Amino acid sequence: MATREELIDLLSGLALFADLPRPQLEAVVHRLEEEYFAEGQRILRQGFSGSNLYIILEGEAAVTIDGTQRSTLGKGDFFGEVSLLLGEPPIADVVALRALRCLMLPGPEVESFLLTYPHVTYRMLQAEARRLRNTSLWR
Amino acid sequence: MAVGRRRGRAAGATGRPFPPGTYPLVVVGSGPGALQFSYFLGRLGVAHAVLSADPAPGGMFRQFPLYQRLNTWSKPYPPVPPHSRHYAWYDWNSLLADEPRHRALVPEFMKGDSYFPTRREMERALVAFVRRTGVRVRYGCRWESTRREPGGFVLGTSDGEYHCRVAVFAVGMAQPWKPEITGIEHVPHYAQARPSGQYAGKRILILGKRTSAFELADALLPYCRQIILVSPRPPLLAIHSHSTAGVRARYLLPYEDHVLGGGVVMLDAATSRIERTAKGFRVLASGTTRPGDFMFDVDAVVAATGWTTPLGDLRTLGVATFSQDRIPALTAFWESTTVPDVFFAGAATQGAVGLRKHGVPSNSGGLGGFRHNARVLAAHLAETRFGVRVDRPTLEPDDVVPYLLSEVSRSSELWNQRSYLARVVSFERNRGIVDEGILPLQHFVDTRGPDAAAIVLETDASGDHHPAVYQRRSGKVSEHVLPGDPLHDFETASHRAQLAALLQGLI
Repeated sequence: MATREELIDLLSGLALFADLPRPQLEAVVHRLEEEYFAEGQRILRQGFSGSNLYIILEGEAAVTIDGTQRSTLGKGDFFGEVSLLLGEPPIADVVALRALRCLMLPGPEVESFLLTYPHVTYRMLQAEARRLRNTSLWR
Repeated sequence: MAVGRRRGRAAGATGRPFPPGTYPLVVVGSGPGALQFSYFLGRLGVAHAVLSADPAPGGMFRQFPLYQRLNTWSKPYPPVPPHSRHYAWYDWNSLLADEPRHRALVPEFMKGDSYFPTRREMERALVAFVRRTGVRVRYGCRWESTRREPGGFVLGTSDGEYHCRVAVFAVGMAQPWKPEITGIEHVPHYAQARPSGQYAGKRILILGKRTSAFELADALLPYCRQIILVSPRPPLLAIHSHSTAGVRARYLLPYEDHVLGGGVVMLDAATSRIERTAKGFRVLASGTTRPGDFMFDVDAVVAATGWTTPLGDLRTLGVATFSQDRIPALTAFWESTTVPDVFFAGAATQGAVGLRKHGVPSNSGGLGGFRHNARVLAAHLAETRFGVRVDRPTLEPDDVVPYLLSEVSRSSELWNQRSYLARVVSFERNRGIVDEGILPLQHFVDTRGPDAAAIVLETDASGDHHPAVYQRRSGKVSEHVLPGDPLHDFETASHRAQLAALLQGLI
């Protein structure tokens, strides 16, 4: 459970939204929808079209490909952006490892959202760069 | 559940049904969600009690919408017969019934001058549904507390205690909700707004830009000197979001007035403070899509800021919530994710969000959607909790493809609940081809089961409506999107050929 004030405070503490002033954080809270997933529930489904963007507020999720767990996600992480940017179905499942609270942005709104909030886009690029670097380090 | 306690009876000495006692299942509420669910439980032979604090049926329609006309259609001249099953897609307001004579009750009470019924017409239709179908409710019985006991729950009410194995709350989502804004306690919620004529000549500020805010602005348009709508984000319109989660076109005159500069102002701003003044109110806000601080001196402020589910003490019982604590978090079959055997019917079923493909939400917040959930939930509980066997017809192999395409073209279950409810057919060697009925899509794709196919109606980001087929083979579920059609005819030779190819090896 989180009130609007608590949601704004939560967002302001996440790297993705760290550059937004308070009125914009409030607009983001209005635009994104809070969703709750019980332990074991799938949020993103491998191979299914029409997915959305999720930002984790609380809890933990597993990223699995063909049933094999590849990584875990926690507070502040986001997922679903790759398939939305590429216009392709996700290549992985994301499953709640324990109760998961997320903010959800409908897929069709992602482009306009990222253009409206360029600071969020930049932070997202930084996160993607880190993921790419970490992937390269493993090779 | 304790044994030896007085069993619940059909009617007490006072003539009111369902005196305090023990029942297999207790439903709380007497709005359309509760009535629809009780009707289907009754059809399945599941004994239950229905309790309501209200004096009569109707729920929120006994009071809302405030300005007396709904925004959901009941079309008097549909392309299908009015009492046929598929008419429900053209009539989002009538409760469902197995008997054709009990269907399409709302149009029966409409004057015919609009395809949106009035609140009174809606209320009369619900009363008629109760009278004609024999759904019984113990009115004037207020649910006050909830506690667990071995094997079930005890619901404390104004009439005494009810013991049950399963509790179903159909309490609507009609409790006014306001966000935390300094001074907001001084202004009325939409639910307490005055008749529109009383705002004549006034400058009014409406907090919110969702449906109730636009309904209010539309009603005040002929009267107010100026209307200012303020909320942090731009309005989301149904015609853009392709769902009823957006503002319906019926209320868009204030939007046009704003666009043409006629006196309505829509502002994207976060309100920080509301102060009383000698003549009215002062509202302070900060721009969101455009930076800047604003100060408005207005005659009146109304908070059209939405609604919450009246959950009573269910949070204390452990029911998890989301959406700023307003909606219970539910499984695909509308059971609390955290308290087993606590279920929800009616508008709160939006707590089971489903797949939200392309961002399109379920229609469970409205009667048009949750009436279908009620039928599915009743069958689910009858089978899984009370040992009732629900009939499942078998299909001939040649009938499968035409049947599925007919369903996705015509059935209100799939059109009202896009990407949410599915028509499911299973294929098993020992059972043959079985019509499993309507099931939540999320349940189908996320649980194990026999080889099967589910068909749903989906709407993509461009607004194109099309069928999507999910097939489960050897435990693995895959998605296949069929093409749309400009006339929504999904029974073309091309669709038949594509679906037949998809299901090859299953049929």
